[in-house]
Amino acid sequence: MAFANYPKQEILLPVKGSFIIFSLIMALLLNLLPLKGVVLTLWPDFIALVVLYWCINQPQRVGMSTAFGMGLLMDVSNASTFGQHALAYSIMAFAALVLHRRLRVFGLLKQAPQIGLMLLIGQSVILLTGLLDGSHFPGWDFFLASATGTLLWPLLSSLLRISQRSKSDSDALS
Amino acid sequence: MAPQFFRHGPSLLARLVFFVLLSLLLMAVDARFKYLSEIRQAFAVVIHPLQKLANVPTTIYDTISEFFVSQHLVGENAQLKLQYLADQGQLQQLRGLEAENAQLRKLLEAAQRLESKAVMAEILRVPRDPFNRKVILDKGSQSGIQPGQVVVDDVGVVGQITRNYPWLSEVTLITDKDHSVPVQVVRNGLRSVVSGTGKDGTLELRYLAMNTDIQEGDMLVTSGIDGVYPPGLPVAVVSKIERNPTYVFAQVTCTPAAGVSHNRQLLILSLLTPVTENPSEAIERKSESRKGGNVGVR
Repeated sequence: MAFANYPKQEILLPVKGSFIIFSLIMALLLNLLPLKGVVLTLWPDFIALVVLYWCINQPQRVGMSTAFGMGLLMDVSNASTFGQHALAYSIMAFAALVLHRRLRVFGLLKQAPQIGLMLLIGQSVILLTGLLDGSHFPGWDFFLASATGTLLWPLLSSLLRISQRSKSDSDALS
Repeated sequence: MAPQFFRHGPSLLARLVFFVLLSLLLMAVDARFKYLSEIRQAFAVVIHPLQKLANVPTTIYDTISEFFVSQHLVGENAQLKLQYLADQGQLQQLRGLEAENAQLRKLLEAAQRLESKAVMAEILRVPRDPFNRKVILDKGSQSGIQPGQVVVDDVGVVGQITRNYPWLSEVTLITDKDHSVPVQVVRNGLRSVVSGTGKDGTLELRYLAMNTDIQEGDMLVTSGIDGVYPPGLPVAVVSKIERNPTYVFAQVTCTPAAGVSHNRQLLILSLLTPVTENPSEAIERKSESRKGGNVGVR
């Protein structure tokens, strides 16, 4: 069969808008946790991950404007230059929106490296704007957050998919 | 009018260009001018409850660890009592000295040094941003915190308040790349300006000539000539001096005296009202600092 390699596509329930908002708030909360040292360098950018997930799976509802808004929130909470994260998130969202049809063909595990590349692009944008602002190079371990984000992607997307699973088994007779 | 299904709005690329331009504009405005503080305030109000919520685990952890620590308290109490007695003795001496000092100052008709009041604040969060050295404190304009106030810990200067929100404030640490503190070497009274490098635990003294009298281990305290930092607060210790003849200036690296990165509680000192002896001098000084722009935060 020609389609043997395709993963089985589940039929999912429509997402509630409130769930999208809830997931974004939770991501912001995770980004705001007071962390230090190694954990902080390894801590992935949850907002980026969640925004990417919704851009790929619900492109008609979550797009660049959401990404931009979340970026502004992140800038304020991070005390960084206004618009830095907004720029990075918009570019990441653009990449996800362009590629969303292709990405949905892959399983969650095979999506991960491509998501990793998008996270890397986003971090590079943040790094570039930081360097233009006159900062020194923060060291390569800055990019470790992208790596952990990539590793976390399958877990996070299956978590976000839970709400869309139908409650009862649709194959059951009764 | 096209039905809902066929409506797409502007193309993806057009939207990307729009948002990129908008964020570039925001960045330029935020970096060069200070018009965006109201918008930032609004966003900060939205984020504030979340920030409180994100801090709950740490608060719970602190309460629990405090409970278990209570066994050590007896010993600590005894030790503290001894320390108190010793300190009390020193304080008596200090009071005597202060009185004497006040007397002498009066005699000299010098400006009375202002007694600064301090507000205790706790670090709420260290932002995950490798480009700035900033921390967020849990006191804001509601507690009377204003930009420009100096933040210290029990050892020395930590930084300066640069932005205030209703319930939060941002502190730019002395290690931030855009931050400078006018200092004086305790040993010989040499005045200079110590600047942050953007790296944790490193400060530098720029533009010191090769033959400047400075040694490793020299203590740097605030000189107070800027009217922002009260004089005499410890800032840093000179840790390394490189006198490389290929450079024009000596490269002097310092370590901050205060635990810039490992303290939870900090003190915010009240704003100094600059005491000016001679108004014309003060005006000159102001215009100079504006031109130079190296005092405090740019």
